Amino acid sequence: MSVTISTAQATRAGLRPAVSMHGVSKAFKLHHRQYHTLKERALHPFRSQTFDLLQAVDNVSVDIAAGEFFGIIGRNGSGKSTLLKCLAGIYDTDAGDLQVHGRLSPFIELGVGFNPDLTARDNVILNAIMLGLSRKEARARFDDVIAFAELEEFLDMRLKNYSSGMSVRLAFSVAIQVDADILLIDEVLAVGDANFQQKCFDEFQRLKREGRTILFVTHDMGAIQRFCDRAMLLERGRMIAIGEPADVAHRYNELNFGRTVHESDGATEGGREGGRAADIADAWFEDGSGARIAAIAHREPFAVGIEIRFHAALENPIIGTTIRNNAGATVFASTTDIAHGPTGRFETGDVAIVRLRVENWFTPASYTATPSIARAGLGADTIDLRADLATIVIHGGHFTTGVVDLPHSFEIERRT
Amino acid sequence: MSVTELGETHSYGPNAFGDDLRRFWNLTVTLAVTDYKLTYFGSVLGYVWSLMRPLLFFGVLYGVFTFIFQVGKGVPNYSVELLVAIILWTFFLQATAGCVQCMLAREGMLRKMRFPRLVIPLAVTLTALFQLTTNLIPIFALALGSGIMPRWSWLEIVPLVLLLAILALGIGMILSVLYVRFRDIQPIWDITAQILFYAAPIIYPIFLYNHSVKTYRNAAGQLCPNYPNVPCTNNFTLHTVGRIAMANPIATIIAQARHALVGGLDSVNPSASFALGGPTMVLIPLGIIVAVFMLGLWVFNREAPRISENL
Repeated sequence: MSVTISTAQATRAGLRPAVSMHGVSKAFKLHHRQYHTLKERALHPFRSQTFDLLQAVDNVSVDIAAGEFFGIIGRNGSGKSTLLKCLAGIYDTDAGDLQVHGRLSPFIELGVGFNPDLTARDNVILNAIMLGLSRKEARARFDDVIAFAELEEFLDMRLKNYSSGMSVRLAFSVAIQVDADILLIDEVLAVGDANFQQKCFDEFQRLKREGRTILFVTHDMGAIQRFCDRAMLLERGRMIAIGEPADVAHRYNELNFGRTVHESDGATEGGREGGRAADIADAWFEDGSGARIAAIAHREPFAVGIEIRFHAALENPIIGTTIRNNAGATVFASTTDIAHGPTGRFETGDVAIVRLRVENWFTPASYTATPSIARAGLGADTIDLRADLATIVIHGGHFTTGVVDLPHSFEIERRT
Repeated sequence: MSVTELGETHSYGPNAFGDDLRRFWNLTVTLAVTDYKLTYFGSVLGYVWSLMRPLLFFGVLYGVFTFIFQVGKGVPNYSVELLVAIILWTFFLQATAGCVQCMLAREGMLRKMRFPRLVIPLAVTLTALFQLTTNLIPIFALALGSGIMPRWSWLEIVPLVLLLAILALGIGMILSVLYVRFRDIQPIWDITAQILFYAAPIIYPIFLYNHSVKTYRNAAGQLCPNYPNVPCTNNFTLHTVGRIAMANPIATIIAQARHALVGGLDSVNPSASFALGGPTMVLIPLGIIVAVFMLGLWVFNREAPRISENL
């Protein structure tokens, strides 16, 4: 039974949002000179306390419906965690109205505030009480917590002897097992082994089915698109996008790689070599209609365009390109020699536009194109090569750890 | 499953008291109990240490002040008086000094959870109170051993301890939030506590405040802070300095506790009201306790929302 309620539905039904923020702001004073002792204060009574104001969260307004799985994304330092801490009631807001309806369980900075000197047993009970359970309820929940964390053998071990992975597992387990109405989950996927990640995913599905409200912070765009009903993108404390997870994830990728795209527009001469019989003047990515693009959805075919100016006559030059991902690995490479055949003769002063069309089986990430031109022959006599001249971001698609996401299907044959 | 409604509150952030008294109390007790268990966790003697510490301190002071300085010489039941004062003082010191760094010690919780901030210093005070309860046993044992018969006035210890706990909590609230801002609260309180220790009649009897007045012994060998050849009577009064010193709530509480426990002549073991010079004067130390506690509440309430970000 699925009880997912979209905001629109909730509003129609007259349901109260689980979390309601209106113009929420939070700033931190960054003192240029921190007075940490009274002596310093006393010695410099008239020295003015100068500080920069860091606007960590800036006028954020959003209503999150009960039962919604809401993603919060943004780059490092964009204010996600500060916003979550305001929601969790750890930080006081400077301005705006913040309302939370229902019991809330936070999982922030990979923990729920364990005491390293206490055993797992004591910590779990203590935390469950902090999260609003009574002592009796906490004891009743205890077995589930331990079972989910798979730490049955380490019950009476003190937390300081736990590995970081174990204590994160325990913390996450407490956070989700206290029957809270609203869960704040900050970057749980960043730690833990594959098995635990899968358990988290399963648990997300269960919580979603149960109609809990979940606010989820992650850098994993795949998970955002897989679980969230809605997502919001923060940048410098401001909410710059909200809506469909796929769209917001796309904006995030643009934001993350956009700068790279821009910078490599006026490419450096560093990658150039060869004898200037021809120049690669420009390279770009374009979509099916021929428009230049910085990002494209997975599976939408695109082309690498290369503009070449000839300064001398050339017979059958070999033109090619290499596509590398943001880890620097070559994902794909081809040349006219392999896929086209002889290119013909070009005269001095000629300008040629070469297009390499590819089917887009790339997984979501940022990719660059390195175009090159070489003399006919073995292709070793390079005339010009410009490394990473154009950049494209692929978004959407499945959550996968592969470099490519090929068209595929499974077939299962049972033999008895 | 109970669901706490956080309702239409506009100040949703962290605060001192929270919105659920039952949870507040549950949390305080749980924290205090785990803290108490932790104090001697891993030590071989365990709980014995919680008794040993003040008793060893008592032994040292008793030795020094009976055999070397002879302060207690001639004071009937000096050992009981010293022990009760030391144990009350140990409680006060443990509660207040424990509050200084309590926020830093609980940083992990403060940065990750929403819970009433007052729980932390309150739990520290409660832990000290648990310890005090076990420490009361040797006091009564020593009193009985010294031939003091149980009397109803022994029950006065309960309200006296509560008053001392309120004072300690008031100071603890101030210290705990100030430490978040100024790290030098630690040495400041160390020194202040030393001053308070010597300012209160812990190691010496109250009449020694009247140092300018010579004391004499009567035929029975009792100290009489009166003029020579005048029989030892109850018409003993403290000088102004002594009275000011007695207005210190710690001094008042200790004096009254001794009076309740040991009794005896007012010249040696005056009640609080006698030492201060009248029952109405008792309102001064009581007023100080209330004022310190209210100040503590005010300061703590003011600072509570920003503890987690200032740490």
